[in-house]
Amino acid sequence: MKKLSLIYLLVFFGTLLLAQETAPEEIEHSPENSACFSCHGSTIYSYYNDILGRNVTKRMNPYFLIDSVLYYNQNHKSFVCTDCHSYECKDFPHNSEMRMEPMPTCLDCHEGDDATARYNFEKIDQEFQESVHSTKHSDEFTCWMCHNPHSYKINARTNENIKETIVYDNNICLSCHADINKYQLISPKKNPNVIESHDWLPNQISHFAHVRCIECHTASSDNVMVAHQVQTKDKAVKKCVECHSQNSMLMASLYKYRAKETRSQYGFLNASILRDAYVIGANRNIYLNVISGVIAGLVILLIIIHAILRMLLK
Amino acid sequence: MKDQIYLYPVWVRLWHLFNALLFLALIITGLCLQYANINYTLIPFNYSVSIHNISGIVLSVAFVFFLFANHFTPNGNYYRFPKHGVFAGLIKQFRHYSYGIFKGEECPFPVSVERKFNPLQKISYVIIMYILMPIIIATGLGLFFPDFLPPTIFGASGIHFIDLIHIITGFALSIFMLVHIYFCTIGKTPLSNFKSMITGWH
Repeated sequence: MKKLSLIYLLVFFGTLLLAQETAPEEIEHSPENSACFSCHGSTIYSYYNDILGRNVTKRMNPYFLIDSVLYYNQNHKSFVCTDCHSYECKDFPHNSEMRMEPMPTCLDCHEGDDATARYNFEKIDQEFQESVHSTKHSDEFTCWMCHNPHSYKINARTNENIKETIVYDNNICLSCHADINKYQLISPKKNPNVIESHDWLPNQISHFAHVRCIECHTASSDNVMVAHQVQTKDKAVKKCVECHSQNSMLMASLYKYRAKETRSQYGFLNASILRDAYVIGANRNIYLNVISGVIAGLVILLIIIHAILRMLLK
Repeated sequence: MKDQIYLYPVWVRLWHLFNALLFLALIITGLCLQYANINYTLIPFNYSVSIHNISGIVLSVAFVFFLFANHFTPNGNYYRFPKHGVFAGLIKQFRHYSYGIFKGEECPFPVSVERKFNPLQKISYVIIMYILMPIIIATGLGLFFPDFLPPTIFGASGIHFIDLIHIITGFALSIFMLVHIYFCTIGKTPLSNFKSMITGWH
């Protein structure tokens, strides 16, 4: 009995220890942030107007509105606002010069940072510098154009659901390419219509739902998880077989993180694609390939033997 | 024409010709899609998709026509099995193809107006036209309208399941096509059956 009790206790505490390890990381909401969110976390804010001698309620500029739920679920959720913004933001009304404050870019913190070395920020920056986003636009085009610092969360590496990653990543592109207001922040050009410009693409809806824009519009590299070298449209992938083939380029992009999985799991080539998508030409069953090859070969052999015997024994 | 019988009416010949051409187009483009490769292309992928889709739809229409025609003309009688002796007939015909033919024996089931097909032909054509064709057409339509397919079938991805059935059936039909064409050379002369396909006289 004692032994049994001991086993139960071990299992109980062991489970507790495991649970501790797997429990989601709790982020303490900084009181300092709460002060900021009291105004920037709501569509309206109130303050005491000394001149009027009463409380005034105003509407928050929607571009300065920060969703606190998204904020505390994103990559930099442990940050206090003043890690990036000036300490002067604690004062209200804010100093008007705060609008001019330069925002840090990813490399300001992550360059040479051992803790985030696996993301290879230096290579990402190099790819970005070579991308059409950098070469065709001014310095106004920074990391924040795509990666909202108040809500951006890594996806491709962590999300098991490929479809969610596709929607998340494509929405980053569409936040400019389907929104004239943001698009014209950096370009005087007419907003392109992605539906019209992809008229040539067969099964457009299916393609848009099952692959990311960057699959065709960036040059992928082995050193970074998500390619950043966005290319000019004349270099975009237009050959169906780049994806619809045994050596589907999707294995080096959308399914990169899973590509290392054993292909024997399902007996399919490109097994990781199999779990989420149906790509004609890319999903092939090794066993069926071999069996069908053997059967076809035997049938042809029998036909040849039969034909020869017919001729010889006639 | 004295010894010949008029066995293949115009509609059968036309249907058979279109069926053969569509089969070839579907097999070739189907292989191009299944084994698409960036380094060598017989037919570009996008053309293969279009040809495969159009041929599949036309073949489906031809199949429906075949069902109606077989129902309303005497041609359907050739696809009916006798009540007795089916298995024995199959064995007899198989023995002929695998042995008797080399000894110069006559076919145990010679062609007549009442009997267009020998037992082996009959069973293979019935399996092809009444089992495999409906399967490949139904799965092909499913792949053509994937939004209507259930997301999962027996725990596997619905579209993959349907695709597997489609390609396995397609493979079986391709093997049939090979054997069918070869067996056409077994006539009075190797070309006599091909001539019959054009003239209608056997």
